[in-house]
Amino acid sequence: MSNFRRSFSNFWKVFRRSRMGLVGAFLLITVLLVATFAPLLTPYTPTQIIRGPNNRPLIYAPPSVHPPLGTDDAGHDVWTLLAYGARVSLLVGFIAGFISVFIGSTLGTLAGFYGGKTDTLLMRTTDVFLVIPDLPLTIILIAVIRQANVGIPTLVVLIAVIGLLYWTTTARLIRSQVLTVKERQFVARARAIGAGNGHIMRKHILPLVLPLMTANTVLVISTAILVESGLAFLGLGDPSQPSWGTMLHFAFERNAISVGAWWFYLPPGLAIVWTVLGCVLLGNVLEEIFNPRLKSHHLEGDTNVVASSRH
Amino acid sequence: MSRRDYIFRKAVFALVTLLIVFTINFLLFRILPGDPVRSVIGRNVRISREVQQALREQFGLDKPIIPDQYLNTLGQYAQGNLGVSWSLRRPVGEVLMAKLGNTLLLVVLGQFFSIILGVTLGLLAGWKRKTKIDVSALTFSLIMWAVPTFWLGIMLLALGSSWLGLPTGGMVDPKNIGKPFLEVLPDVARHLVLPTLTFTLIYMGEYMLIMRSSILEVLSEDYILTAKAKGMSHWQILRKHALKNAMLPIVTLIALNLGFTVSGAIYIETVFSYDGLGKLFQDALAKQDFPLLQGAFMLLAIAVIVANMAADILYTYLDPRVKQV
Repeated sequence: MSNFRRSFSNFWKVFRRSRMGLVGAFLLITVLLVATFAPLLTPYTPTQIIRGPNNRPLIYAPPSVHPPLGTDDAGHDVWTLLAYGARVSLLVGFIAGFISVFIGSTLGTLAGFYGGKTDTLLMRTTDVFLVIPDLPLTIILIAVIRQANVGIPTLVVLIAVIGLLYWTTTARLIRSQVLTVKERQFVARARAIGAGNGHIMRKHILPLVLPLMTANTVLVISTAILVESGLAFLGLGDPSQPSWGTMLHFAFERNAISVGAWWFYLPPGLAIVWTVLGCVLLGNVLEEIFNPRLKSHHLEGDTNVVASSRH
Repeated sequence: MSRRDYIFRKAVFALVTLLIVFTINFLLFRILPGDPVRSVIGRNVRISREVQQALREQFGLDKPIIPDQYLNTLGQYAQGNLGVSWSLRRPVGEVLMAKLGNTLLLVVLGQFFSIILGVTLGLLAGWKRKTKIDVSALTFSLIMWAVPTFWLGIMLLALGSSWLGLPTGGMVDPKNIGKPFLEVLPDVARHLVLPTLTFTLIYMGEYMLIMRSSILEVLSEDYILTAKAKGMSHWQILRKHALKNAMLPIVTLIALNLGFTVSGAIYIETVFSYDGLGKLFQDALAKQDFPLLQGAFMLLAIAVIVANMAADILYTYLDPRVKQV
């Protein structure tokens, strides 16, 4: 435990100096808080229709009439939709992201560790998935599952399809990491004292790949959130559980743009950018800490010719 | 391995990938409930049972799915026969070809601007690492990465149509349809401004990031230090040594990016009602027109796979180190 605490405090020392990482963590934490406490942040529910003094639904009421963010095409409170939408977007993004990372890491670890034919087979498969245009494939899969009408909830279908298709980058990344780790001495020593493949992978390889895997997970989640928003925008979301993408779908389909109802199409987009940017900033900083690359290059700092005074 | 072997291997890989895409497509089609005959003749056409049976025999649908039907469909696809669209009641291949040109126009314009701007910006950012240029370019790229393509399109549509009076959708004003090409050209250009801008903004961030990391790697090589020691100016070093090497990964990534470009086209064409493959795909989705969806998917997949193979081959000519791969 003290070991863990020490490595965490080391990590924190590096992390807190990175402004990008702190901003990313802030963005992500605020969204998580809004999603968690959504019912406490609004007096309405997402399906509740807001009515005016004459008992007619308030349709496309601007924020000045119905603060803080006005109403949508059916009279729902936009802020409520936004707060509850965070739950759907994050849920799909996180679970789908975890599935992707799990598949990618498993395949990457197996390929990197066993090498040879296993590696060739798994990496060729990855290459195939890498060149198949993923959005059209995702759309067709979801459309077919819907048409087949097997009674699986829409959100589950979205999570499963996104999770099963977006693992290729993780597989490659983890494989290359495993390739370097398995050449280390302690792996040879473990093998010399009779450790099996499973034991070596679990006890010696996994702990060293785990940090990078964590960083990658954050990035994959951001991809999953983006993909979900896109699919929902194209009308593949669950209208009864609107995500930010679903909101934009309705805003676009129900003429929010020509009506000038910016309060309906601006906030969901900003929310997506906020969340995805949070993931990307955090993920990139984590990756840099766990997998440091070059610190400087030869033309940096000085613009004068010949050798600089730095050296 | 000689270059001929390498190209041969890439071609085999491309063919295998195509076959896998076809198989996924074929199997998905068979999972669907309903009568496959309908997919060939259109959903709403009334025909007698005898004719249906005759058609079933003609198309081999009375035979087992694997291998007879599978091979039969494969043969049909190989001849360019992709079935009949349910909603448009026209051959899928014909419908697709009619829209291909429009999408290519948009994609080529968008890629052109995003590559030029992204590569230039990436070069500057990498060279002037940790300066204001670098930080602002990085921030811009990260934000562009986080912005959903369709939402950027919506925002530009809202801003462009109200402030600049640009058209909100389509390829050409209805009153200009049928006029001679040169007369319509300015109008088409006006319609292309917003979709192309969306495309450019979304993809230039990505090219910028790739170019930046690529140039950073090259600039930390020893031969750059040697060049500097010889007294070459920064510009000379960048032009003569760095740029050529840093451009190499870009070539592969442009091809790999084509897959994502296809996705971008679906969103952008939907937002701007641009009459191309992407909008066709979205329309087919809305109308549950499966033959059209699958034909479009097949065409998009072929485009990406062929482009990737081309990039792999091009790479062997560009990189002197991989002469003997």
